[in-house]
Amino acid sequence: MSIYRAHILLPIDEGTIQSGVFEIKRELEEKIEEQNLNKEIKILETGTIGVIGKGVIIVIYPDNVTYYNVNKTNLDNIIQEHIIKGRIAKRVEHSTEKYISGKKGYQNVGLTREQQRIVLDKCWKIDPESIDEALAAGGYRGVEKIFSESISPESVIKEIKNSGLRGRGGAGFPTGLKWSFTRAAKGEGKFIICNADEGEPGTFKDRLIMEGDPHKLVEAMIIGGYAVGAIKGYVYIRGEYELSIKRIQKAIDQALEYNLLGKNILETDFSFDLEIKKGAGAYVCGEETALIDSIEGKRGYPRIKPPYPANKGLWQKPTCVNNVETLANIPEIIYKGSNWFKKFGTEKSTGTKVFTILGHVEYPGLIEVEMGTPLREIIFSYGGGIKGGKRFKAALVGGSAGVFLPEGLLDVNMDFESLMESKAVLGSGAILVMNEDTDMVDMLFSILKFFAHESCGQCSPCRIGTHQLLNLVYGIRRGEGQEKHIDQMVKIAETMFDMSLCPLGQSLIMPVKSAVENFRQDFLNKIQNKSN
Amino acid sequence: MKLEDLKKIREKAEKDMHLRDGKARIKVIVGMGTSGIAAGARETLKVFLNEIEKRDLSDIIVSQSGERGLSSHEPIVTIQEEGKPDIVYGNVTAENARKIISEHIVNGNPVSEFVLEVKE
Ligand SMILES: Cc1cc2nc3c(=O)[nH]c(=O)nc-3n(C[C@H](O)[C@H](O)[C@H](O)COP(=O)(O)O)c2cc1C
Ligand code: SF4
Ligand code: FES
Ligand code: FES
Repeated sequence: MSIYRAHILLPIDEGTIQSGVFEIKRELEEKIEEQNLNKEIKILETGTIGVIGKGVIIVIYPDNVTYYNVNKTNLDNIIQEHIIKGRIAKRVEHSTEKYISGKKGYQNVGLTREQQRIVLDKCWKIDPESIDEALAAGGYRGVEKIFSESISPESVIKEIKNSGLRGRGGAGFPTGLKWSFTRAAKGEGKFIICNADEGEPGTFKDRLIMEGDPHKLVEAMIIGGYAVGAIKGYVYIRGEYELSIKRIQKAIDQALEYNLLGKNILETDFSFDLEIKKGAGAYVCGEETALIDSIEGKRGYPRIKPPYPANKGLWQKPTCVNNVETLANIPEIIYKGSNWFKKFGTEKSTGTKVFTILGHVEYPGLIEVEMGTPLREIIFSYGGGIKGGKRFKAALVGGSAGVFLPEGLLDVNMDFESLMESKAVLGSGAILVMNEDTDMVDMLFSILKFFAHESCGQCSPCRIGTHQLLNLVYGIRRGEGQEKHIDQMVKIAETMFDMSLCPLGQSLIMPVKSAVENFRQDFLNKIQNKSN
Repeated sequence: MKLEDLKKIREKAEKDMHLRDGKARIKVIVGMGTSGIAAGARETLKVFLNEIEKRDLSDIIVSQSGERGLSSHEPIVTIQEEGKPDIVYGNVTAENARKIISEHIVNGNPVSEFVLEVKE
């Protein structure tokens, strides 16, 4: 079995189907077979690359050459010149522009393409229920380094600050800074909490980390606890994540046995306990102050900030709350150093990001790539493009309270700053892809239904606003809407942005505004249909 | 336990892994995350264990891992063999697992129709 030397991609969309892409595919397969190349060359169908009016298109990787208007005659030429002799078939119309650009060149397309993995690096290599395998694969090297080189908590925080790591839980707050606030806060008996509530529909990145490499999270909590000066840590895991709960618990037990947790860890002065708390599944309980309420045994209501958890958190003690993915970066940053980490990603968004690709793509799933990877590349290369040769319509980026991006914004780079420029957010890293058949009124309706259900009802702008929005879009959807309702929706969402207590109510402006601004026609169609 | 002990345990764990891998000709890793289990990875794992016992293949070890984000291809099984690239298989149902055992593990011919990825 050998590695394929090249991949020939056949973008499938309406245009290429009409031009006979499947005949060309058969022809190509025969020729590859004739030349005895089927062990070296792999032919793959992919989604559209967004080029229209150019007949059948083939793309050859890793060379990244795109040929247009391919027919049976010039196909021969391409095979002779490019595949056999390894040079561009100049007589055939082609382009060397990368439709899907890549930093590292191509090994593969689809989700198995090469990925830069830091947080998910060990997830399918080790037995998650064995601490010895974790150790053999380099687990707990961060903790080991801290104690064998007597690195102070302040130096740990300095290293994290220098790494540029920012929170992966939604807000993107610099992790080192957050740690320094908790460390500096007055008060004994501090806490560190790992937010593993992962309430975002369709997202499962945190679950993958906990199931596949639980010791990495335990190690990160030990390091975090040491850095902020905590006596105890909690991992707040949503109740449905049974396997995560089981594996984290096993990891905790094993770490205790090896004295990596508990009293005087590795015979140092540092003692630290770790405990799991199960969440009951309300979306709002992922918000850090509601989560703290929930750990305290109360019903989860977001608290007014300030005071921030760093000063008054769990049981009014200084508390640091971090997302699973954020924490999963920590051990490697400590072991390999912040300068190593900064080599990945962009200047201000360092490292990698895990994205969940959902919706109408060829390969839905999860990838970890460097920050700053273009959205187009994520959807068309990793995700394999739009399923069934349909056209791309929109991508909801950043989760339910994210932004609907139209085709014109597909080239945005997926990092904090670039997304901010496009008025979008990274959020939980969920990317929901929609094809041309999707109705944006329906999409917005289902999002608003979710939020009307999940609003905790504590403050009126959100409690009432979510239902008003839902009613308006419901009316439009039933053909009972008026054009002025579109602008009313934006106004309500704006009021919620200004007046709501927590980001759940504040952030609805993003899906609402982007849907009606970028896809106004969908709304008008529903409204005008009424008179037909 | 002291820091020194941790280092010793790590060294021993590394050696054990090597030794175990060294004794074994092939290591079979079955992805056992939620998606994998939902897609039938437990059955798959059982088939590997049973067949290996039945055929008395003492130089094969079977292990588990988490998942890697290819949920639509679960169950996923990786076959590692000394000096050869890792072969990652997708959709390894109990039936496909039997095929992989007889074709790949016993006869040394990877079953290309289930191959997701070949990793050097
Ligand atoms: C409604 C709502 C839900 C949230 N859900 C989550 C969640 O499931 N997981 C998470 O890590 N953060 C969630 N957050 C963000 C947390 O409040 C907090 O910012 C985060 O855990 C901080 O971690 P980080 O700095 O590592 O990103 C949510 C926020 C809001 C407003
Ligand atoms: S904004 Fe919504 S979710 Fe947040 S506190 Fe107010 S009612 Fe609750
Ligand atoms: S789910 Fe959080 S308090 Fe009920
Ligand atoms: S809590 Fe009642 S309006 Fe805000």
